Amino acid sequence: MKRHIGLGWLAAGTVLLAANQASAQAEIHWWHAMTGANNDLIVKIANDFNASQKDYKVVPTFKGGYPDTLNAGIAAFRAGNAPHIIQVFEVGTGTMMSATGAVKPVHVLMKETGEPFDANAYLTPVTRYYSTTKGEMLSMPFNSSSTVMWYNKDAFRKAGLDADKPPKTWPELFEAAKKLKAAGHATCGFSNAWVTWVNVEQLSAWHNVPLATKANGMDGFDTELKINSPLHVKHLSNLVELQKDKTYDYSGRTNTGEGRFTSGECPIMLTSSAFFGNIKANAKFEFANAPMPYYPDVAGAPQNSVIGGASLWVMGGKSPQEYKGVARFFTFLSETDRQLELHVKSGYMPITKAAYEKAKATGVYTQAPYMETPILELANKEPTDNSKGLRFGNMVQLRDVWAEEFEAALNGKKTAQQALDDAVARGNQLLRQFERTVTR
Amino acid sequence: MEKRAIFGSKTLPYLLLAPQLLVTLVFFYWPASQAVWQSFLLQDAFGLRTDFVWLENYRHLFAQADYYRAMGTTAIFSVAVAGLSLSIALMLAVQADKHIKGAGIYKTLLIWPYAVAPAIAGVLWLFMFQPSLGVVARGIRSLGVDWNPLLNGDHAMLLVVLASTWKQISYNFLFFLAGLQSIPRSVIEAAAIDGTRPARRFWTIVFPLLSPTAFFLLVVNIVYVFFDTFGIIDAMTGGGPAKATETLVYKVFFDGRLGGDLGGSAAQSVMLMIMVIGLTAIQFRYIERKVTY
Repeated sequence: MKRHIGLGWLAAGTVLLAANQASAQAEIHWWHAMTGANNDLIVKIANDFNASQKDYKVVPTFKGGYPDTLNAGIAAFRAGNAPHIIQVFEVGTGTMMSATGAVKPVHVLMKETGEPFDANAYLTPVTRYYSTTKGEMLSMPFNSSSTVMWYNKDAFRKAGLDADKPPKTWPELFEAAKKLKAAGHATCGFSNAWVTWVNVEQLSAWHNVPLATKANGMDGFDTELKINSPLHVKHLSNLVELQKDKTYDYSGRTNTGEGRFTSGECPIMLTSSAFFGNIKANAKFEFANAPMPYYPDVAGAPQNSVIGGASLWVMGGKSPQEYKGVARFFTFLSETDRQLELHVKSGYMPITKAAYEKAKATGVYTQAPYMETPILELANKEPTDNSKGLRFGNMVQLRDVWAEEFEAALNGKKTAQQALDDAVARGNQLLRQFERTVTR
Repeated sequence: MEKRAIFGSKTLPYLLLAPQLLVTLVFFYWPASQAVWQSFLLQDAFGLRTDFVWLENYRHLFAQADYYRAMGTTAIFSVAVAGLSLSIALMLAVQADKHIKGAGIYKTLLIWPYAVAPAIAGVLWLFMFQPSLGVVARGIRSLGVDWNPLLNGDHAMLLVVLASTWKQISYNFLFFLAGLQSIPRSVIEAAAIDGTRPARRFWTIVFPLLSPTAFFLLVVNIVYVFFDTFGIIDAMTGGGPAKATETLVYKVFFDGRLGGDLGGSAAQSVMLMIMVIGLTAIQFRYIERKVTY
């Protein structure tokens, strides 16, 4: 009997000890939206960080697609158990920024925790998107990409096109697509994923044309859309015209249509540079990419592109010890070799200048020039108010509204002008709705 | 001696009722009242600021052209799905009720689709009809039809109607079959002896006797198309192209979850709740009168 009691005490002691250890090691919860190879990469980063020190433990959790992750984070915050770090896609930036109190800006976090942090060490074209107009970093860029034009070199050769000289301008692209279509790609000369990101957001920045007033919303939520400009209308009319005989063929709102490139159906696909991993794994032909095309009659084009992808936001209301852990993790994440590893393995861009230089020095881009295309696009010219980025509330819905109007034009229900006028009117309604909820 | 269960205590019946009442309270009345309360509030997505705005959310809602369009879409969608799934299920049930070889196998196979989750059903149909990859889509295209549910709203609508119908047929089939089997054979046989043809027998004897089942299914189907088809629409079209397949329940999700407009979305839920309650009441009031139990 006595021995049993002794054992019981021992067991209780062990439990207490374990509990003690757990409380000494602060858990940092990290919600993310990465699948497949990129999910493995996230787990590896967390494991590497956890092995590098004993005080903090980063626990990554997959929460579904980007909108799902954002919504899960919002719901968790409302219920009082938000994670410490949440990966939010670039279109959620406006939503996160406006949530003063719910989030902790990265520059504040670094200062409060006394973690060494130099904003100048980061690549400005990348961090700019996630910073205030004064250059204070709000969220830590994580996976950044931009729109590029992927093309099938084998298909180019078959159609008698020069596979090493991809089209530079939109008119050249249209001609190439017609030839490709005649050479056997009857159902799709060229296409794109993320229809509005490519044909509205990037198009505007690349041609230095405003997407909306107030520096595309960066200077205030009372912004109004400008996407029915002559350039936007001309571009959409071109697409509508080419859709008729499938020289251009619509592939849906998100990236579900990207498979049409890897399967060989569409020889040209404008989409994210991060499509690289998928192409590498699945394409059975020689591929390459090139910068987005532009309209040569627009003065100053091409300007620079804007980034896509996601950044890491720190949620508010956590203990100082936990914040210290988050800050340490961000420093760990920004180390040159780690950035290089992330860049090479995922195809996303490096976020520090040192990592970019090291990638150049170690010959990453001579081996795979397509890895550098998005960085060159982003840094093509000193950005203007039209190409710095964009910041709208209700952005997820806004994109859907634009996509709906694109669909209405492409299926012949509306003219390009009418569709874009409606996109502006309906989009402005959403912007006012957001303004109504944040500025009261 | 009377053999009736008599409860000595006054609290026991309430205790026995309590679990069911509790479930209804927690899973229906409480969330429903929350929705009503939320529909009077204006709140940002994170819940950092909340204002009581009375009926402003409703005023906004009724000023939206999109809302009326979603109503129209829902009307077309629900009539098509309920009509198709009820009539096809009835036809199948009548056939399966006959004495045929392997009836058991048919019945089992017909019931299977009910076990498929809506989202999976959506993805399944999406793959078959996906313009560039789908097996069925290729067949349709080879017939010279420019099948493209990504851009053509009518095609997309047809697709969600087919998938939703397919999903619901099993359920309806099951009930119709049970209903048919409970009709006394002697009545039908008597009519047959009197020389009535099978079609006339069906419309004058079988169908009226089946009407309680049909009525029950009508109510259930209306609720199904109003609420449960959400998963199918989300997986297949996301309400597109150009809102061609956005039903009322999908709009609630779209505005509330994707748009973060909780007040407006709650106002829509309340409207939806009123509509379904109204429809059910009408059905009970007018159609039930014609039902022979």
